[in-house]
Amino acid sequence: MFGILASIIDGVLVGSVYGLAAMGLTLIWGVMNVINLSHGAMIVAGMFGLFYLSTLLGAPAYAAIPPVVVAGFAVGVGLYWIAVHRMIGRPPLMSLLATFSVNMVLIGLGTTVWGTVLFNVPVSLPGITWQGYTFTGTHIMAAVVTGAIAGLLYLFLYRTRPGKAIRAVASNREAAELNGIPTRQVLSLAFGLGIALACSSGALIATMFPFTVLSGTAYQLKSFVVTVLGGLGNPAGALLGGVALGLLEGLMTPFMPVSWTLIAEFVVFVIVLIAFPGGLFNFRRS
Amino acid sequence: MSPIAFLRKPTFWLIVLATLAFAFVPLWHDNVELREELLIAAIYIILAANLNLMIGYAGYINFGNIVFFGLGGYVCVWLVSSHGWPLVAAALAGAAGVSFVALLFGLGILRLRGAYFALSTIGVNEGVKAFVANFTPWGGSTGIYLSIEAFQPLGGPKQALWVIYLLLVAVMGLSLLLSYAIKTSKFGLGLLAIGQNEDAAAVLGVPTPRYKALVYSASAFLPAAAGALFFFKSAFIQPDDAFDLVFSTEAIVAVMLGGQGTVIGPALGAFLYEELRSTLLTSQTFSNFQMVIAGVLLLVIVLFVPGGLMGWIHRRWPRAKRVLE
Amino acid sequence: MKRYWRAAIAALILCVGSAFAADDTLTIGFTVSQTGSLNLDSIAQLHGFEMWRDDVNAAGGIKAGDRRYKIAFVSYDDQSQGGRVQQLYTRLIVEDKAQFLFSPYSSGLVATATVISEQYGKLMMSIGGAEGKTYQLGNKFLFQTYTSADHYLSGAIELVKSKNASAKVALVYSDDPFSKAVAIAAREQAKQAGLQIVLDESYPPAQTDFSAIINKVVSSGADTLLGGGHYPDGATLARQLYDQKVNLKWATLLVAPDSPQFSSLGPAAQGISVPSQWAPQVKYKPDFGPTPAEFAKRFEAKYNIAPGYHAAGGYSGGMLFQHAIEQAGSIEPEKVAAELNKMDVTTLWGSTKFSTDPKSHGLQLAHQMVLTQWQMKNGQLVKEVVWPLAAATAPVVYPYR
Repeated sequence: MFGILASIIDGVLVGSVYGLAAMGLTLIWGVMNVINLSHGAMIVAGMFGLFYLSTLLGAPAYAAIPPVVVAGFAVGVGLYWIAVHRMIGRPPLMSLLATFSVNMVLIGLGTTVWGTVLFNVPVSLPGITWQGYTFTGTHIMAAVVTGAIAGLLYLFLYRTRPGKAIRAVASNREAAELNGIPTRQVLSLAFGLGIALACSSGALIATMFPFTVLSGTAYQLKSFVVTVLGGLGNPAGALLGGVALGLLEGLMTPFMPVSWTLIAEFVVFVIVLIAFPGGLFNFRRS
Repeated sequence: MSPIAFLRKPTFWLIVLATLAFAFVPLWHDNVELREELLIAAIYIILAANLNLMIGYAGYINFGNIVFFGLGGYVCVWLVSSHGWPLVAAALAGAAGVSFVALLFGLGILRLRGAYFALSTIGVNEGVKAFVANFTPWGGSTGIYLSIEAFQPLGGPKQALWVIYLLLVAVMGLSLLLSYAIKTSKFGLGLLAIGQNEDAAAVLGVPTPRYKALVYSASAFLPAAAGALFFFKSAFIQPDDAFDLVFSTEAIVAVMLGGQGTVIGPALGAFLYEELRSTLLTSQTFSNFQMVIAGVLLLVIVLFVPGGLMGWIHRRWPRAKRVLE
Repeated sequence: MKRYWRAAIAALILCVGSAFAADDTLTIGFTVSQTGSLNLDSIAQLHGFEMWRDDVNAAGGIKAGDRRYKIAFVSYDDQSQGGRVQQLYTRLIVEDKAQFLFSPYSSGLVATATVISEQYGKLMMSIGGAEGKTYQLGNKFLFQTYTSADHYLSGAIELVKSKNASAKVALVYSDDPFSKAVAIAAREQAKQAGLQIVLDESYPPAQTDFSAIINKVVSSGADTLLGGGHYPDGATLARQLYDQKVNLKWATLLVAPDSPQFSSLGPAAQGISVPSQWAPQVKYKPDFGPTPAEFAKRFEAKYNIAPGYHAAGGYSGGMLFQHAIEQAGSIEPEKVAAELNKMDVTTLWGSTKFSTDPKSHGLQLAHQMVLTQWQMKNGQLVKEVVWPLAAATAPVVYPYR
């Protein structure tokens, strides 16, 4: 009994980080209709960013997260102006292939430089032990930081001018243009934000688990599942979707071999794609 | 197009010549080195030519196209090792079975458009990989091994390797001919219409759901056969090798590089890409670089030359279009 | 007069020619996992190979009859991936004209390489692969130097039984050919020993998040953990077991704890035991070649790190191969294979005898394993042999922490 509860709680904790990763993906997708297949590479960039900042500066890992977020934002805006702005308005399949190829280049360079060696950021935080089960401090902290970032994002999107501009462009770009909103700048802002979110989730994952250059792929796949669950362009939905996925994983593992959870995730993915194209948590529609 | 009309087309003879060259040049001097190189090239050509039916004609990107190759391999190796089937029968069973399953599956996921379909194909590939890794009758994650006796019916390992190679070259020739036949048929016209504008095509009377499912299924048959032959040759199959997303990606690069929507394009792209890859394979510093180079190639093509090599050739020399389709 | 000149010149050519002929090269091909998850142990094995080659060439080469052969290696990086192995071994045989082959490291890769070596009729020394199934597929030229996977956990099971006959065992292992083969045998052995298996699960080899499976270990009430896989997952599992404060009395993990790097985990490494093909402290008396202590000393001097069993295996595999050639007096594969089939020797590695039964040709019959444990000695973590008792260098620490 306690085992199932422990599993669910841990699932929710880690799931919130999946949600954070997906928030970046869904924001970009929703605002400019670009599916960023280099999302995984950005997550890995966040992981490495945290690793190097915390080992170079000797700073406690969590202090290194804000610089990673800022750097991620800068990289995102840069990427937008270099490659992405050419793809707005083009057939979506082309942007799919373009971001896909960017991913190949980044991961290829990554494996050339770092191989597939396992990196680990040593973080020791006291955990909470209950009935023999321990919730590691890193998992708890990751969920807390995710909540904080999500909160900040909400404030930004709903309480600031640039944030509202983003939502306007996402809703109807032409109308936003007609209203005098500089759409190009807004799109680059949104893209930078999406990448920053991806990097922050990578940084948090690095505090919890060891990683390699190839770790991003698994989290990218989870991000897609979560995005689809939560509905496109819906960051709140993405966070809920992440928690839901984590909950699902936590519910399943006590009852079936751990290796089956992956299959279940993909089945869920394909079913939701076909049956619920708007996502399960799409509050806007209702 | 009627069969006789084919005989008058230069493209047809180009395909036949290339196939014969692949078959006889290594055979002539018993050149095992060349055979091994051309075998890998042939596989890339098979994957690319069949993937082109989806990407180039119907305009649907199948990121998980390797799932057909892997499943064909699994069915064949399993039939040979657990039920003692002979190679050709097992390979045909693999191709037919996978193609049929693809038809059923296709009816489901082809309801999705554009990017959603593309993403779902990744889900299908990873899901099948995870499933097979847990499926004990197929060896689970350790896979299936074939004992060396499996090569006896083909005359022992040395001869068997040649037989398998020639069969693969035949599959390659068939892939190119299939691609050509479809392109010049009414079915192909309907597919190209779907690729241009699916709604308009539907309004104009093209039976889009049926055509999409048919092309998805058709694009599965020959790669499954190739997978069957390849994994039989390797005498070993396991989920990570059978459903390798990197391989799947390389097929996409090959199609785009050569020119999606053309017949010769994907084959040319596959051949060139394979040459590049094998040069990098043994280089110490650059063996991981193949992904970087493939990625840069793909990016450049998508952004600046979406028609690929053949697209460029057709624009430069419009008359070549009649000969090199 | 002319006839004498011709004879003299002919004699001169013969002398010079035979001087050149004395320095023939023997090409040995193999792949190494320079990159990828297996790289730590594969490179250790490579160091063993290289030290053997350097020793042989320094002594003038392998003596085969009245010719001497210097060893030359040709190798490629297989990136720890089975998919590359077959292409690379085909290239080694067909393009680089390797005369003999060493296997890649790890059971899965050995199995795929064997297909190629047997297809082309080349003799391959299997070094670094413990899974036994590969030898049931009907080979003629494959020879296994490692103890087969079946025996890996038998020592740990005996030890646990001797300390606690009603121990509850959690079998948690990586989903790869080697670890699965070990687990299959361990299951049987545990049942026979009367131990209760309360959890039996595999995880994907690339797993980095073990919290779910560790929660299951806690739920199952296990006091003994057996399993793991290779270095990356083994090290991560050990670390997370420590972080999650799991209440175990004994933990034996495969492969990972044997690596000297494992001690960098600090307190998470303490008490963990590993089944070892070899340890520097073993006391075998070799029929030929250096003693274990001599080998360990020279290896450490050359590479600045104590040898684990992977390095010793690499060196010994080369040595056994060399011995077969010297006994055969020739480098013809059939003759060398015949000598390997006859072989029954003891070296720094221990005893070696290959199976000649066609249904399991090449399987290692004589080699024994030891169990080593990381123990705190004067504030430092060191590896001690704890089982079998006859070979032990320190008493076992039970409970392990």
